[in-house]
Amino acid sequence: MKMNILKSMNKKTTSNFITFGIVIAAYAIMQGLIATESISSMLEGLLIPLCYYVILAVSLNLTVGILGELSLGHAGFMCIGAFTGAFFSKVTEVAITNDLLRFTLAIFVGAIFAALFGIIISLSVTRLSGDYLAIVTLAFGEIIKNIVNVLYIGVDGNGLHVSIKDVASLGLADNGNIIVQGARGITRTPQDSTFTIGIILVLVTLFIVLNLVNSRSGRAIMAVRDNRIAAESVGINIKKYRIMAFSISAALAGVAGVLYAHNISTLTALPKNFGYNMSIAILVFVVLGGIGKVRGSMIAAVILTLIPEYLRFLNTYRMLIYAVVLIVMMIINWDPKILEWRSRHSLKDLLTVFKKKPTKEVQ
Amino acid sequence: MALLKVNNLSISFGGLKAVDNFEVSIEKGQLYGLIGPNGAGKTTIFNLLTGVYKPDEGTIMLDGQNIAGKSNIAINKAGIARTFQNIRLFKGLSVIDNVKVGLHNIHEYKYSAATGILRLPSYFKKEKLMNVRAMELLTVFGLEAEKDLMATNLPYGKQRKLEIARALATNPKLLLLDEPAAGMNPNETQELMDTIRFVRDNFDMTILLIEHDMRLVSGICEELTVLNFGHVLAQGKTSLVLNNPDVITAYLGE
Repeated sequence: MKMNILKSMNKKTTSNFITFGIVIAAYAIMQGLIATESISSMLEGLLIPLCYYVILAVSLNLTVGILGELSLGHAGFMCIGAFTGAFFSKVTEVAITNDLLRFTLAIFVGAIFAALFGIIISLSVTRLSGDYLAIVTLAFGEIIKNIVNVLYIGVDGNGLHVSIKDVASLGLADNGNIIVQGARGITRTPQDSTFTIGIILVLVTLFIVLNLVNSRSGRAIMAVRDNRIAAESVGINIKKYRIMAFSISAALAGVAGVLYAHNISTLTALPKNFGYNMSIAILVFVVLGGIGKVRGSMIAAVILTLIPEYLRFLNTYRMLIYAVVLIVMMIINWDPKILEWRSRHSLKDLLTVFKKKPTKEVQ
Repeated sequence: MALLKVNNLSISFGGLKAVDNFEVSIEKGQLYGLIGPNGAGKTTIFNLLTGVYKPDEGTIMLDGQNIAGKSNIAINKAGIARTFQNIRLFKGLSVIDNVKVGLHNIHEYKYSAATGILRLPSYFKKEKLMNVRAMELLTVFGLEAEKDLMATNLPYGKQRKLEIARALATNPKLLLLDEPAAGMNPNETQELMDTIRFVRDNFDMTILLIEHDMRLVSGICEELTVLNFGHVLAQGKTSLVLNNPDVITAYLGE
């Protein structure tokens, strides 16, 4: 019976199982390390960041690898998710006492708002692609960051007050509560992010992206990527599938943002966390992990997040070594000879050992 | 009644009248050829028929419905599928997935994106049906062994066949083939001629093809239209058209 199941699984399904297996194994190992208290405080502090970097990398891969459009504004979607999610948590902190429920709702809020912006962006760029689309997304990321930096939002008995000038212009009542304070951002967001929730969100992200890719809609998205004219000639609505890919990718980036916002005490929109550099860093995960390869971007995100942290003892040489690592990873992932070696010694072979080997025919 | 009836079709690019007053009438089940020297406007006519270009004037009646000026998606749904002169496969997809993209709009295989993501029961049911149908089509073209290969790794002749299989997957009434034999050797061309006849007979298909290979044209086309500088030069039974002195002049010069 087991044989039959393994035999009936095609290559893609096997590959997806390996991807989920890696995440669950990593989670089990880390939990073991935490339980036996043999984990360094640095690594423990990195567990949640690793989760949101993986989500960001996998979701950007949906735009860059699956839809085939270069996006340089992924941090912008993350920013929207972070601020709307954190805002929701702050507003409902008193009303919803169950942390898990509030955080779950915050995740949905962040995802929906980020998706909305994803739809707006993709609607406004229906006629653009390639470099031009990249420029628009880059500008979008910067605009979002700068708007959030001057945004003041307060709540009082009369409802929401929004201003882009200063606190005084909000005109809050005495019992009012300032939630977003311009460049000072949102402070004291409830610390709801945990490693377990992070891993669950990673699994959900993988589930969504991998299942989408291996479905009718995913094939349509990849058809648009590979050849627009041919896709239209078989009746595929290019606009619809671009919007779909963009909005799902943005929603997942929003989820990563919510996870991020609930892991730090002060949420501010700095160039460091939501700027151009962040978008590029996520893009580096995707490119080095292999464009269109979901597991690759996941692994690249983990390695490239850990390395700079573990190289801190090198002080000024840190970024130099980091650059060497980038080059080595590039070679490992793209050199034809190494790819050939990898395909001969892949993890999948371990699984195929269990499959029944075809009996040799008598000559 | 004719399956495809084109009247007075014209389009200009700037000052150049690429297609001028083109007319054709194709009966259901016919194998029809469109020939002419380079630059005569053959592919432009295909692009007009499939909605890539909008005609300046004229009507295109497919099964009694005017499709002139409609979008290429609407025209595909109305029943015209095509292949391309320079092969346009989905290179990053496997051979079978290329055909499954062709099945995208067939009602019985449709399911929503949410169904696909959540892997609801209808996902498995429809994917299974889709696989069966795609394999049927691949088998017609002898591609069943290569179903998991990337489309870009197929040899040239098989890429052309895959393009035809993908076009057929959309369940068209009329199939347009743009130079299906381009770049094929005589053996491959012979095989292709058999395949085209097979498709016509077994899929109950009407086929309009552009071709430069006269052996293929005279071998399988029942009627021809010869195009020169955007004008119809000759039209009618293949043997008559090919012996028309105007046609010979257009091809070989004075």
